[in-house]
Amino acid sequence: MNSTFRWKALAALGTLALTSFLFAGSPLAKREAKEAESAAFVHPSDAGSMRVEGEKRFHANCGRCHAAPQKFPPRMMGTVLRHMRVRATITEEDRRMILFYMTQ
Amino acid sequence: MPYLFQETASARRRRTLLSVILPLFFLSLPPWSPAQEQSDKPIPILTGNIGTFSFVTGGQNLIDTQINPVLLVPLGDRWLIESRAEFEGQFQRPPAGGPYGGPVNKHVDYAQVDYIANPYLTVTAGRFLTPFGIFNERLYPVWIRFLQPDPLTLPIRTAPSDGAMFRGGFPVSTQANMNYALYISATSISIGSVDAERHVGGRMGFFFPGPRLEIGGSWQKTLQDDRKNAFGFHMSWQPSKLPLSVRSEYAHAFEGSGYWVEGAYRLSQFRFWQKAMRRTEFVARGQQFFVGAIGSDAEDALGLPGANTREADFGVNYFLRDGMKGIFSYGRQFSPAGNFNQWSFGLAYRFLIPLGPTGASREAQ
Repeated sequence: MNSTFRWKALAALGTLALTSFLFAGSPLAKREAKEAESAAFVHPSDAGSMRVEGEKRFHANCGRCHAAPQKFPPRMMGTVLRHMRVRATITEEDRRMILFYMTQ
Repeated sequence: MPYLFQETASARRRRTLLSVILPLFFLSLPPWSPAQEQSDKPIPILTGNIGTFSFVTGGQNLIDTQINPVLLVPLGDRWLIESRAEFEGQFQRPPAGGPYGGPVNKHVDYAQVDYIANPYLTVTAGRFLTPFGIFNERLYPVWIRFLQPDPLTLPIRTAPSDGAMFRGGFPVSTQANMNYALYISATSISIGSVDAERHVGGRMGFFFPGPRLEIGGSWQKTLQDDRKNAFGFHMSWQPSKLPLSVRSEYAHAFEGSGYWVEGAYRLSQFRFWQKAMRRTEFVARGQQFFVGAIGSDAEDALGLPGANTREADFGVNYFLRDGMKGIFSYGRQFSPAGNFNQWSFGLAYRFLIPLGPTGASREAQ
């Protein structure tokens, strides 16, 4: 690795770190974190629409790669969806909606 | 020994930069929060797939049996440790006759730690699948792939990476999500039979949930030998009105280039024999490979064809139950080295075993 490239790699890492720092503290990130926290406490009137939206997102995202699996208990689905969030780079909102749908 | 205390200006700058980067990383880590109820806490899982296949290539039979366990261990709200191993036996009858025999390959495909820093960024460290194109990372498991034979271009720039990766996916508008992965494989170690190399690269894609279309591109630069660049493109489309799935990849590198296009059509819209039809899927793949500048012996060593090659495959998958499918396919390969038929049939199964109390479903609560 020559010195120029090393500098470029370090600069790229620095930019990512800075971006991560800025996003972690941004109002949007805080709002999404708050939404994620409240995902388990859904008002019954919202549950129907969340289920429909979750099913739509499930077919759009998961169907890109594989056939629909059966539903598993929530504690298993939580792990599966954390894995799929990393593997398939699905968005946090999609993960939350799909988790809701798959655990109903 | 004064030289011990000598430090070049470059090293000083690097040290200063690192001293800025590292605290920023730690500051970017959001505080731990009890985001979920205890009853919904994710538990460790052992999943993976088992497959047994018979490949008849140019009249020669190969029995391929494999187990690919995947261990998923979530820690807290933001961490995940994940690993996949591969145990694959490839058995053939010796030319002189006798019982089937052959090697059993064992290796670790990936062993990584993921930290979900925020909705936009996940940091991964360890050995990970190289995100060059989509087949290697997303479509490789035998229960997922449409056709069991690998695409000809699969060996291009998909050697596992040992290092760090930044990745994520987030909406950029109401109609599109963006996903990205940036990685650096900084070491050159080997685990089992799989060697790693030093390289840096990235992948970026846009997914449009409305038309269910994803398009993207990949880039990789090796940091050793000739320091060559490679690039690729991928697409995936599932029209919402048809039970059809289309995927494609193109890859170009010093060692060769090529593309594949494949599709799967589920017969769920047929009005007769519905129970059987909705479990049946017709699949097809067309592909072409062009040799690079490394010579046929090196191509063979990488698992690439030694000559320009075209191949067409057709097959049927039948889903026996969730995660289990029977497969059958026929293909023909055309190349100056010789044309031949390739048949395959077998069974693929995905398993999922909880390694902790699963709790009750919400309906039962």
